[in-house]
Amino acid sequence: MRVIVDLTRCQGYGQCAFLAPDVFTMNGEEALLYDTDADEAQREHVLRAAAACPVQAIHLDRMATQHRGMRTGAVVSPPVDDGFRKTGRIVIVGASLAGARAAGVLRRDGFTGSLTLIGDEPYEPYDRPPLSKQVLVGRVPADHTLLPRLREVDAEWLPGVAAAGLDLAARTVRLSDGREVGFDRVLIATGARARPWPNPEEAALDGVLPLRTIEEASSLRERLAARPRRVLVIGAGFTGSEVASVCRDLDLPVTVVERGPAPLVGALGGVIGDVAADMQRAHGVDLRCGVTVEALEGDADGRFRAARLSDGSTVEADVAVVALGAIRNVEWLRDSGLAAGVWGVACDAGCRAVDINGLVTDDVFVAGDVARFPHPVYNFQFMTLEHWGNAVAQAEIAAHNMLSDQAHRWPHLSLPVFWSNQFGTSIKSVGVPTFADEVVIAHGSVEERRFVALYGYRGRLTAAVTFDRAMWLEFYQGLIERAAPFPPDFRATDRPETLRPVPAEVPERLEATQVTVMVTGHDPAERRATLVHGDR
Amino acid sequence: MAPSSVFEQILDYSHRADPYSLYAELRRTPVARQEDGTYVVSGYKEIVALLHDPRISSDRRNLARPPGSEEGATGLPGFISTDPPVHDRLRRLAMRHFGPPHSPHRIENLRPELILIVRNLIDGVADRTRIDIVDDIAYPFPVTVICRLLGVPREDESRFHVWADAIAESIGPGEADRAERERRRTDAQRELGQYLGGLAEERRKNLGDDLLSGLISYEGPDGAMSPADVAVTGSLLLVAGHETTVNLITNGTLTLLRHPELIQRLRDEPDLVIYTVEELLRYEPPVHFISSRVALEDIEIAGTTIPKGAPIALALAAGSRDPEHVAEPDRFIPDRRYNEHLGFGAGIHYCFGAPLARLEAQIALSELARRLQNPRLVTDPPPYRPSAGLRGPRHLLIEVDGVTQTTP
Ligand SMILES: Cc1cc2nc3c(=O)[nH]c(=O)nc-3n(C[C@H](O)[C@H](O)[C@H](O)COP(=O)(O)OP(=O)(O)OC[C@H]3O[C@@H](n4cnc5c(N)ncnc54)[C@H](O)[C@@H]3O)c2cc1C
Ligand code: HEM
Ligand code: SF4
Repeated sequence: MRVIVDLTRCQGYGQCAFLAPDVFTMNGEEALLYDTDADEAQREHVLRAAAACPVQAIHLDRMATQHRGMRTGAVVSPPVDDGFRKTGRIVIVGASLAGARAAGVLRRDGFTGSLTLIGDEPYEPYDRPPLSKQVLVGRVPADHTLLPRLREVDAEWLPGVAAAGLDLAARTVRLSDGREVGFDRVLIATGARARPWPNPEEAALDGVLPLRTIEEASSLRERLAARPRRVLVIGAGFTGSEVASVCRDLDLPVTVVERGPAPLVGALGGVIGDVAADMQRAHGVDLRCGVTVEALEGDADGRFRAARLSDGSTVEADVAVVALGAIRNVEWLRDSGLAAGVWGVACDAGCRAVDINGLVTDDVFVAGDVARFPHPVYNFQFMTLEHWGNAVAQAEIAAHNMLSDQAHRWPHLSLPVFWSNQFGTSIKSVGVPTFADEVVIAHGSVEERRFVALYGYRGRLTAAVTFDRAMWLEFYQGLIERAAPFPPDFRATDRPETLRPVPAEVPERLEATQVTVMVTGHDPAERRATLVHGDR
Repeated sequence: MAPSSVFEQILDYSHRADPYSLYAELRRTPVARQEDGTYVVSGYKEIVALLHDPRISSDRRNLARPPGSEEGATGLPGFISTDPPVHDRLRRLAMRHFGPPHSPHRIENLRPELILIVRNLIDGVADRTRIDIVDDIAYPFPVTVICRLLGVPREDESRFHVWADAIAESIGPGEADRAERERRRTDAQRELGQYLGGLAEERRKNLGDDLLSGLISYEGPDGAMSPADVAVTGSLLLVAGHETTVNLITNGTLTLLRHPELIQRLRDEPDLVIYTVEELLRYEPPVHFISSRVALEDIEIAGTTIPKGAPIALALAAGSRDPEHVAEPDRFIPDRRYNEHLGFGAGIHYCFGAPLARLEAQIALSELARRLQNPRLVTDPPPYRPSAGLRGPRHLLIEVDGVTQTTP
């Protein structure tokens, strides 16, 4: 049976690990690992575990959409029906987490028209977070990560075919095989892919691997199972750090090379990055920060053998994992007239896409990793997130808004929530930790790596990060939403007498520079923005 | 006499059998100050928020007291009455011997033994047509289990039973008679602690795989438990494992007999009991109030400010029936899904023994449903124990046509 745990909700109560210990295990105090495809023999245990979860985060076979709403029948169907809901045509491009979730919500909310999902991967929608965790460690085969059934959602599913273009005037999606699919409304959910190693010959060496898809995860798993002499991980973001953690679980020597001053700095800033660095080293990772990989070298048979680093040193390894972040899948939108670029596809807070003139479109929606949306809590700055929870939440908003008129649309206002499991520790965050000038440890102990760190920007609380202290996250989420002062001025348990905020050491917000917008025309009716594509 | 407040009526024994309509009244003011200074919280949302609020303490030494008044006793023994970081460390040290991440199979592995204990208890009443669910099944079952787990001789039951009862009866909301209750409890607690401390010392010379042996002997990154901590932690587990599950099994049997069609369903649908136990924890829970919390700061909630130092009582049983949270809250729906109830609390003090309690209740109720022939209540409502906080029948007399033999 398919199991999926909404780790955004999970607070590490461990009830599941008591009641179905062969399916759910706690890897450390709060980090939950589970079989995404549990044996039928475990059925009764899994049912017990799911029923016992105090926050009802465990979904079996089917992923209830927004079950919190089911409590009081709060799932409100939009009141107006313009006929669209009965006979309209909706196309979703990108059949992964956001796409599948949106399809489920559309049907739940009474959309009975035609629904088509276009996905360039050959699989049913699957869940990516297990790929760098349960799958790599060898607990779950890569292709056992399918999301709870999409088939129950009555939809036409076109697997293994890419969308190649979007014609807004003709309202069609052009497929790579030349077919065209017409729509009344379309959802763009094409997510992102792994950023490849920039040098194509080196990238082609046997043993150099990225990690984003089922295939990539299963090749990497095979390599790790063959017990390489050493694994090189290029980049210490979340994915790179999780890969390093799995290597240590498997007792494989691993070197992590990170350009920045510490792991996770891009997401959590330098202060918590230093904690992550200590954690990696304590687990035996050979961590090299402030260094870049200059070249990957192969042997005569084209097998990766070693990497040359910017400090002049060489790392000999059999596997190099390229964990340099993601590239958003927007190429197919190049001539669509939408504001799509390396930053993603811009949309408003209601998930409606913005065209290159900055005008909001009515029938084109965006959700998930590909979406770039303004967040009112963060000075209306546009942000793109690569968070599971965001893909789910935004897909629900997009689906709802696709069926609603102006008066009933919802804004996507949920705070970003992220989790990562590494080195037996559950790291969670709420808010935007890089939107900060100061950080303070508010509870717990950094030495024990059990703590709550709070982030503030100009005296306002903007984010919280927990290491094995997930139960406190919701409290701080509430404070962030209410724009509470920073540093917090109240007494609380497990807190030092005085709080000492330090500079947050967050990276400058990188602005995309490869793309330029030109404005042409004088008369307001003529003025247009035009995208100038750089040669990447 | 002034008409008493809703809360006072709830505390009054005459409402023990059915406090639920009073809870509905209570919820009209989800956070309500009482005459005695207690803030009673009855809305689901508010209870969950406070259980996750680090400005709330479980350590009653943080209560504001008029100058010169004596320092109060500190509530139940053990980590249930402490705050992080002390709480977290002690709970981890205890969990190490009880559940994940270090002993993940411990509770699951007890299952065959649990089934056997229940079967034997039911066999023991097989020749009778009148059974007291409390004295014959629901009380002896969890007591036997917790004794085995802890490594406490079952024969000593008559000794520690008195102490455990005294402790359990003394907790509950309300500040008026609290000092008197605490005094009574302190004596019982001391004796129980001495008894368990003595057992643990003996165990140290002859370690077994029971919890007392684990607690007294383990030393690791978190250090070791002091002998005093072993004694109070043992007391906490014995009391908590002793005075709560009995109510869940009894309330469960009572509810089944009030919905007799359910008994056949439980026989026919083996998975049903899983959901039925969750629904019981929502609908007829053993713990109605958590009354140990104190505000460390002024806390704004639901339009009220709970002042620093004020005692807080969380009405779990009222919150679990909050119509803002759950559809048809006053209906018992045995297969209700996505049941997020407050039966075991929430947050860092979430019941330590919940997995064991769930398993015990699931096994007891399915065995009872399977084997009792035509069971019916003798009196409804049954007589209740005095406590409003830990609420449950003192006896539950039923009549049966017979008892089905276990299939060997
Ligand atoms: C290894 C790994 C570990 C992760 N771990 C965590 C974690 O611990 N916590 C967390 O919060 N998040 C984690 N994430 C992030 C999370 O998985 C993503 O946020 C989520 O997958 C985003 O979903 P999406 O549907 O928006 O995009 P994607 O999952 O990227 O899906 C987009 C889909 O669209 C398809 N597509 C692209 N272009 C086209 C086209 N032109 N035509 C048709 N189809 C197309 C793609 O092939 C893909 O199937 C992890 C991600 C990875 C890769
Ligand atoms: C149906 C049976 C049970 C119910 C309804 C129940 C309920 C609860 C509740 C509501 C709490 C929270 C108290 C608070 O927040 O202050 C709690 C805590 C606790 N329970 Fe249970 N309990 C049950 C059975 C058990 C059993 C069998 C054990 C022991 C094996 C146990 C051990 C504990 C302990 C040690 C705590 C304190 C946890 C902490 O402070 O971290 N309970 N229980
Ligand atoms: S919160 Fe739920 S899913 Fe998470 S560990 Fe606890 S029981 Fe398991």
